[in-house]
Amino acid sequence: MRLAQDKAASRAPRVGLFVTCLVDLMRPSIGFAALKLLEQAGCKVEVPSQTCCGQPGYNSGDRATARDLAEQVIRSFSHCDYVVAPSGSCAGMIKAHYPELFADDPNLAPKAQALAGKTHELISFLVDVMKVKSVDASFDGAVTYHDSCSGLRELKIKNQPRQLLGSVNGLTMVEMNESEVCCGFGGTFAVKYGEISNSIVEKKTGNISESGAPTLLAGDLGCLLNMAGKLAREGKSIEVRHVAEVLAGMTDEPPIGAPRVSAQS
Amino acid sequence: MSAHPTTKRFIANATEALADPQLQRAMTNVRSGFIDKRAAVAAKLPEFEALRDSARDIKNHALAHLDLYLEKYEANVTAAGGHVHWARTAEEARKIILGICHDAGAKTVTKGKSMISEEIALNAALEAAGIVPVETDLGEYIIQLRDEAPSHIIAPAVHLNASQVESDFRRVHTHLDAGRDLSEPVQLLTEARQVLRSKFLAADVGITGANFLVAETGSSIIVTNEGNGDLTQTLPKTHIVIASLEKIVPTLEDVSQILRVLARSATGQEMSVYTTFSTGPRRAADLDGPENYHVVILDNGRSSMLGTAFQDMLRCIRCGACMNHCPVYHAVGGHAYGWVYPGPMGAVLTPTLLGVDKAGHLPNASTFCGRCESVCPVRIPLPKMMRHWREAEFERHLSPATMRSGIKFWAFFAKRPALYRFATSLMMNVMGWLGRDKGCFSSVPLASGWTDYRDFPAPQGGTFQSRYQAHRKSTQNNGRAA
Repeated sequence: MRLAQDKAASRAPRVGLFVTCLVDLMRPSIGFAALKLLEQAGCKVEVPSQTCCGQPGYNSGDRATARDLAEQVIRSFSHCDYVVAPSGSCAGMIKAHYPELFADDPNLAPKAQALAGKTHELISFLVDVMKVKSVDASFDGAVTYHDSCSGLRELKIKNQPRQLLGSVNGLTMVEMNESEVCCGFGGTFAVKYGEISNSIVEKKTGNISESGAPTLLAGDLGCLLNMAGKLAREGKSIEVRHVAEVLAGMTDEPPIGAPRVSAQS
Repeated sequence: MSAHPTTKRFIANATEALADPQLQRAMTNVRSGFIDKRAAVAAKLPEFEALRDSARDIKNHALAHLDLYLEKYEANVTAAGGHVHWARTAEEARKIILGICHDAGAKTVTKGKSMISEEIALNAALEAAGIVPVETDLGEYIIQLRDEAPSHIIAPAVHLNASQVESDFRRVHTHLDAGRDLSEPVQLLTEARQVLRSKFLAADVGITGANFLVAETGSSIIVTNEGNGDLTQTLPKTHIVIASLEKIVPTLEDVSQILRVLARSATGQEMSVYTTFSTGPRRAADLDGPENYHVVILDNGRSSMLGTAFQDMLRCIRCGACMNHCPVYHAVGGHAYGWVYPGPMGAVLTPTLLGVDKAGHLPNASTFCGRCESVCPVRIPLPKMMRHWREAEFERHLSPATMRSGIKFWAFFAKRPALYRFATSLMMNVMGWLGRDKGCFSSVPLASGWTDYRDFPAPQGGTFQSRYQAHRKSTQNNGRAA
């Protein structure tokens, strides 16, 4: 028995969980949901030392800072079989942009490419790599799903979350209009061009409301904070969660932007 | 507007645009019209994606051998009896065109739609020389009446609603019956046709742009939907083509490939209504056509993009798909971008033509959603190039000081994982506690761009990494106890 367990453990892929700085700081429960889903799928999960993937610097034109942070990630995660992040945006940064960031560095280019090759967004990793077909979770009610841009366009994540959500007991999926249109977050864009960002997220919350679903899900916390913040300002009582929370059956925590105190009372 | 860019005022322009209910109403047409039509027509063509690859490859090949094909084009135009003029700058282009108009004794000039004409501010130069320019594309005609610049590269008046056009026509066409019915768009079109007909016949010079210059034949090609381009280039005695140098393609076979993605990407048509070729002046046996044929080829900074990170931008075939699919363009419209080229293609091209110090907002005002690149018929990596501009700004210290210090502050902690874990854990505990009642903050210092319009959700408290350490310790202890 002991031997069989050890043998199974040795076959289990060693996954480095890159929780992303937003999840680390804003909503740790998404990290625990990811941990649970990965372990259920048979992975051996570890959480190497980590801060940020470097994307804020990269997209602000600060290539030097981006490279410093990327190097840190490469050092921390190179020993893993896979790197998995509960975010299409940060996984996309490692997968699509690290190789470009180090293209002119003969020492780091192969390392960046190797890391890119084994990095995945959480839900697509479960479906495409671990061949997970269903999850053991329940959620009572209708949800609508926003396709975050980097996941959708850089990593081709579209059906994977819908497939797994389809296996959640009691959950019905209601598609909103323009689910593939940006929510207006765009990292620092949301602060630098707040008024334009607002106009974009207003259209998004309009589409979310029109769907009639009382719950909004997506796979990227940046977008979720933006949409939840707008829904809260509009006084709409739509619950906002990361898709991993629902798939892991971990919906005890109050939704994003909801009060913690009254929820407990 | 082309003479006086307002790219530096982008934020103020955007604020005005967002507060303009009429503009906002007009912009919903872009969202619903172009996007669905393109998707439908692309879905009907199984080889659409392969054609995009081949369009990209053809343009890349032409750019790699630009000098060769331009010289071949010039030789073939000359052999057909035409003249090719090379203009390094907008000013040189204006001088050449004014010279040709002067030689033709031109009083009025009809014009087909041309973005190069906007880029070199040709109408103002013609007017200053006492020549009347008449725009003959319906959208261009409308905005000329309003003394406006185009707000879209293929749909210049897309920022307007029909009722505004009606009132402009009533204001300008005073010779027509004041009681006429103009409530239907087709009535506006018919009236514009009637007014323009006499102007086509009276024009001394016709000026058109070009979608392609074909090296192997010396032909220029325009694609239009109204037929105005044909009348512009065949009726007057002199025809001037103005085109930028990257319009060159090697062969007719190449053109026929690119044409298959152009209209589909632009308007969702399989082909535009007219695809018109012009090669030199009329020959002895021709029934119509101009007596004089000139081509002005403009550089205006483009050749400096060759061999740089921006070379791919020269593949652009001006279909407008990038702006049609851009959430920022949908929000603020084309005029907010402050110069000739709006949307994602403008965000890359304008800094080249005006200088990134003047047009720096444009490549920054993007969420990098990537939808532009996903629809570009020649697969230009537009977000990547906008990022290159941001890098150029960062290197030259042109990006805002608050942003620079914000990134540096963040990076200071992010580069020191132990300090980061300590500081963030402390801070998130405080913020989580502060936000526990409401779940959101309605204002956050230094982030008014966010909190002026939406709440900022409060963190749960603690960080994942600190909670995970505690979680591991407790499970290890439990494991030992068991």
